[in-house]
Amino acid sequence: MAKKLLLGDQAIAQGALDAGLSGVYAYPGTPSTEITEYIQESPQGRGGEVHCRWCTNEKTAMETALGMSYAGKRALVCMKHVGMNVAADPFLNSAITGVNGGVVVLVADDPSMHSSQNEQDTRFYGKFAMIPVLEPSNQQEAYDMMSFAYELSEKIGEPVLMRVVTRMAHSRAVVETGEPKAQNELNAPERSQNWVLLPAIARRRYAALVEQQKEFDALSESSPFNVYTEGENHDMGVIACGIGYNYYMENYPQGSPYPVLKVSQYPLPKEIIRKMASECKSLLIVEDGQPFVEEQVRGVLPVECEIKGRLSGELPRMGELTPDNVKAALGMGSSQVFAASQNVVPRPPALCQGCGHRSVYEALNRIVAECEGARVFGDIGCYTLGALPPYKSINSCVDMGASITMAKGASDAGVFPAIAVIGDSTFTHSGMTGLLDAVNCNAPITVIISDNLTTAMTGGQDSAGTNKFEAICQGLGVDKEHLHVVNPLPQNMEEITRIMREEINYRGLSVIIPRRECIQTLSRKAKAKKK
Amino acid sequence: MKTDIILAGVGGQGILSIATIIGHAALNEGLYIKQAEVHGMSQRGGDVQSNLRISSDPIASDLIPLGGADVIIAMEPMEALRYLPYLSEEGWIITSSTPFVNIPNYPDQQAIMEELKSRKNVKLLDLDAMGKEHSMPKAVNMMLLGAAADALALGFDKLQNSIRTVFGAKGEQIVEMNIKALTLGRECVK
Ligand SMILES: Cc1ncc(C[n+]2csc(CCOP(=O)(O)OP(=O)(O)O)c2C)c(N)n1
Repeated sequence: MAKKLLLGDQAIAQGALDAGLSGVYAYPGTPSTEITEYIQESPQGRGGEVHCRWCTNEKTAMETALGMSYAGKRALVCMKHVGMNVAADPFLNSAITGVNGGVVVLVADDPSMHSSQNEQDTRFYGKFAMIPVLEPSNQQEAYDMMSFAYELSEKIGEPVLMRVVTRMAHSRAVVETGEPKAQNELNAPERSQNWVLLPAIARRRYAALVEQQKEFDALSESSPFNVYTEGENHDMGVIACGIGYNYYMENYPQGSPYPVLKVSQYPLPKEIIRKMASECKSLLIVEDGQPFVEEQVRGVLPVECEIKGRLSGELPRMGELTPDNVKAALGMGSSQVFAASQNVVPRPPALCQGCGHRSVYEALNRIVAECEGARVFGDIGCYTLGALPPYKSINSCVDMGASITMAKGASDAGVFPAIAVIGDSTFTHSGMTGLLDAVNCNAPITVIISDNLTTAMTGGQDSAGTNKFEAICQGLGVDKEHLHVVNPLPQNMEEITRIMREEINYRGLSVIIPRRECIQTLSRKAKAKKK
Repeated sequence: MKTDIILAGVGGQGILSIATIIGHAALNEGLYIKQAEVHGMSQRGGDVQSNLRISSDPIASDLIPLGGADVIIAMEPMEALRYLPYLSEEGWIITSSTPFVNIPNYPDQQAIMEELKSRKNVKLLDLDAMGKEHSMPKAVNMMLLGAAADALALGFDKLQNSIRTVFGAKGEQIVEMNIKALTLGRECVK
């Protein structure tokens, strides 16, 4: 046993290692990235006992984990919330196949969108797939839950979804760790037919999953992580989910005056909630993210017990919970002493000085200014910051890979020139398939793959396609004559703008790859060398 | 004992190292700790902060409530002011006086200085000058921590030990430089 100061993400990683993990499969994404990084840095990761290389995207990660589970070993899949949209197909179907070795799918949500394009709540995916969901309220619980989750997963033969939010993932606390367990032995599934989802088998499997729901309900009622505490004042009862429980308790250092149910395992423990509703005049639902629990508790028919939360306006409809908005929902005044300063302005993030993406946008802006009607479809990564001043270069950013496909769609509709700007990691994540669509139509678009040799936005992880981009493009059928590599340095501006001008005006598909290493990874490597 | 600290700065200024040193010192003391950090997009030159709570009793929330912070430690003066609504009535601000201007609409620098100087419980450090004077521009965050040491209720020697542990792997020279920076920081506010 040891005491360590760990981020929530690191506690999860250590918990998984100590639960006998054999492989972590993940694509980086804030706020989930540090889980895989911790495992990569661990003795088991460095020694090669636990597979921990980054995957190309969340779908490949989920499927690889499923393969490891098929072979009897324990696997962890990590992603940010929007990654689940990419992994959704294998994720939902893994509930139908079931699992052999334990599978935990760890998804980190980002309410308030600190580093994301939406604040979707992953608990809906758990309900959708009809499997148990765990939501730790603190770092120690996150650690303890990992062993619990793997045992649960193997016991019920289903993957277990674990949901955390930014403030849990990126907050440190002291965690007491336990004894590590050995990895599972290789062991084929008992009924390997279950893994062949032909309709006849899938129907049988789905019926079994439906049948299992009663068991999952019962497990939630008795879960050690769902804790009911009686309170004197029954004017209100409180259902506090995950870290929402902490914000609630912050306001009652001497203990809660109201009955309170901490929820950290779903499906909702319905019996306890029904009992609370019959004993309390109202129920306040404190949950980070979307009103997932509130909607279920509220339903559409009138109830005697008043339900309060994000839908009724007691808590804000969007954005993350804070001790302050929970305090307001409890009808207490604010403790703020000083007003906000008038001498403060927002400080948005920006591309680093010396970043290659800067030269790309400088050149692109020159050409776009020459071409009336030009539209630039952006993508997700550091280069998305090109949407902000001083560049204001891109007209869209939706989801990973959408630059190429949207440019093609706009071009199909008659936009010319239509230009896509995509990063190297985003291209291999979800851009290659769209490029094939464009190749097959010889769509008159220009795709700029701004290659900084890394996955920069999330902190500089290895990028799956490094050194392979020309080959990938040619392999997909891009014409060699219209495939260029340039070095985005200010002194090469002349050459870059010339090539961009030619290719953007060309009425067929072209690809330009500006390639220069990210200055952050470059300086980190230089520092490491000095040591 | 309970101290709620807001660490503030611009991405890349090293506020997380300050948090790590305090965190380790608190861990060694067997205290409860919660330290919420900002990772991700804002680290690219945006405003970053860390909520650091240390206490002899269990801590509920990872975030400090409005009006709850005992001290704001900032690597940049406008960033210090950003968190005023979180400062408690008797709370302290310990901040670098050197503006980091990476936005076109950075407010009037004099107005920022005047606002800080007009407040009670403020310590301003010219970290830029101090870093140059002692030829340790990379250790100015430890100077700031040294200046804040008394407000943390942790003990100066505890912070020194923590530097030894945390920077230990980087060699004796780095350890000594950071301890010297810590000491200089404390002396300049005495
Ligand atoms: C589906 C999905 N997965 C992960 C992310 C997180 N994410 C945002 S940007 C990015 C890195 C993009 O890397 P790259 O395309 O190489 O661009 P760079 O940041 O290096 O400029 C990642 C992993 C996301 N937004 N969506």
